[in-house]
Amino acid sequence: MEWLSLSDDEWTAVRLSIWVASWATVASLPFGILVAHALARWSFPGKALLNGIVHLPLILPPVVTGYLLLLAFGRRGPLGQFFETVFGLVFSFRWTGAALAGAIMAFPLMVRAIRLSIEAVDPKLEQAAGTLGAHPAVVFATVTLPLALPGIIAGTILAFAKAMGEFGATITFVSNIPGETQTLPSAIYTFTQVPGGGAGAMRLTLIAIAVAMAALIASEVLARRVSRRMEGA
Amino acid sequence: MSLDVALRHQMGDFALDIAFRSAGRLTALFGPSGSGKTSIVNMIGGLMRPREGRIATDGRVLVDTQNGTFLRPHKRRIGYVFQDARLFPHLTVRQNLVYGRRFVPRAQRYGDFSETVELLGIGHLLERKPAKLSGGERQRVAIGRALIASPRLILMDEPLASLDDARKAEILPFIERLRDEARVPVVYVSHSVAEVARLASDIVVLDRGRVSAAGPAREILAGLDLLPGAEGDEGGSRLRLEFDRLDARSGLSLFRSAAGIWHLPPSAHRPGDQVSIFVRASDILLATQPPEGISTLNVFPGRIVALRPARPHDLLVDLDCNGDLLTARITRHSGARMALASGASVHAIVKTVRLKES
Repeated sequence: MEWLSLSDDEWTAVRLSIWVASWATVASLPFGILVAHALARWSFPGKALLNGIVHLPLILPPVVTGYLLLLAFGRRGPLGQFFETVFGLVFSFRWTGAALAGAIMAFPLMVRAIRLSIEAVDPKLEQAAGTLGAHPAVVFATVTLPLALPGIIAGTILAFAKAMGEFGATITFVSNIPGETQTLPSAIYTFTQVPGGGAGAMRLTLIAIAVAMAALIASEVLARRVSRRMEGA
Repeated sequence: MSLDVALRHQMGDFALDIAFRSAGRLTALFGPSGSGKTSIVNMIGGLMRPREGRIATDGRVLVDTQNGTFLRPHKRRIGYVFQDARLFPHLTVRQNLVYGRRFVPRAQRYGDFSETVELLGIGHLLERKPAKLSGGERQRVAIGRALIASPRLILMDEPLASLDDARKAEILPFIERLRDEARVPVVYVSHSVAEVARLASDIVVLDRGRVSAAGPAREILAGLDLLPGAEGDEGGSRLRLEFDRLDARSGLSLFRSAAGIWHLPPSAHRPGDQVSIFVRASDILLATQPPEGISTLNVFPGRIVALRPARPHDLLVDLDCNGDLLTARITRHSGARMALASGASVHAIVKTVRLKES
């Protein structure tokens, strides 16, 4: 079993991947809920356009998304300069850029799952909350959100798994720097490019499978617990 | 409390054009399905915008399309008890009940939690989730939830329609207590004469989007022809009686009203207790002579106030029995044979009395 133990570089890639995917998921969740709610409940001009933009990363070649990110969020890019001067936040060739790429690529999956679960919440319950004096924002927080929770959990975990496995956009946008932007998939790719890298690639592949399985099981268990609480006692 | 409503609205082929004013404790919007009842309460509650019109409670304008006023539902403080209860499935009964409380300024809260729980008999349900409640329990919790939010007005849209007769009988007394004890007026939508006769202080009769009659319940119920459709023969008169004593010899309860002494089945009342009764017009026989040798003891002399023809071949006879108004439904043929005329003295023979506890 000697071949199963990870080298320091490999550990670094695993830790970095989890770190990057966690940030990608947590930071995009509020936007995901907002966009999902807008698409599910509001009608406004440009709704079809918003829907299209959100889903674009799902269909575009990841390299194209990565290149567009580079143009927009690179140090010379308009958004990159804005974030650097206003928030002191740099994306290009940093782990933050990897998190941004992962978040953008995972966003359609997250929004889809949350949107479906918000659409499944009966608007009549929201009306009832309104007649009890609750402001629409309060209705959303106390009725819509808790009832949509199973879908939000599913969307979050799906997004985490997707961000964890993101490769094409990441490597195009922030390259493949060990310890900074070299996530699990990039590390596996690197192993396959050098002679004798097969064992390392296999170890990381097993870890990728384990993480994905754990995420799926966790989402199942959480969703079941939430729905049991809903019908319970 | 006064409620002023004037609305015009168009939904496909259906045109709503109504106006009424009510200051009653429980105003029933009564009419067959499709007469526009639910649309009206949805507009009062703010769930629907009328094309044209004005709604005000106690002079506070909720909607006025002339100057563009439209108060959003959460600003109206109008409680709504829906036909399908609409309890929040993720909250316990207790959490459902207190949901609206926090949105009301402290000084304006009158819906007391424990009082309401006791009024509705739901104390044993507090820790349950709505999924574990029966239909009747759910409806009681929905009423409590609306009440604890301390609204200025409560709308009830056929709250009993989805329940069987036993469950209806379980809830009706609570709505009566709400009407008599709570400090909030109710607008009650129904197409059931029995419910309306039992509950309403005022009635607005709707027919295909128009008001066909409106006024105090007693007057409306007496005017059977105003009640649309097949339920016409369900109309009648409502009276208030005072318990006198339990007659030891006959075992019957004796009640008093202006008309005289009423003999009703034995009951556990104390002297002075008030009850209301409903006498269907078709449950009254008329006699020109004091009747002898009949089984019922409830016979009251009176004078004919009005004769009104009614569908299909009937006659409605309004009687003044020493101040109590009773309406009898007889055939036109009988009316002609007995030569009934306004001002004539007759005897009303009451076959059946429906007692409404209060």
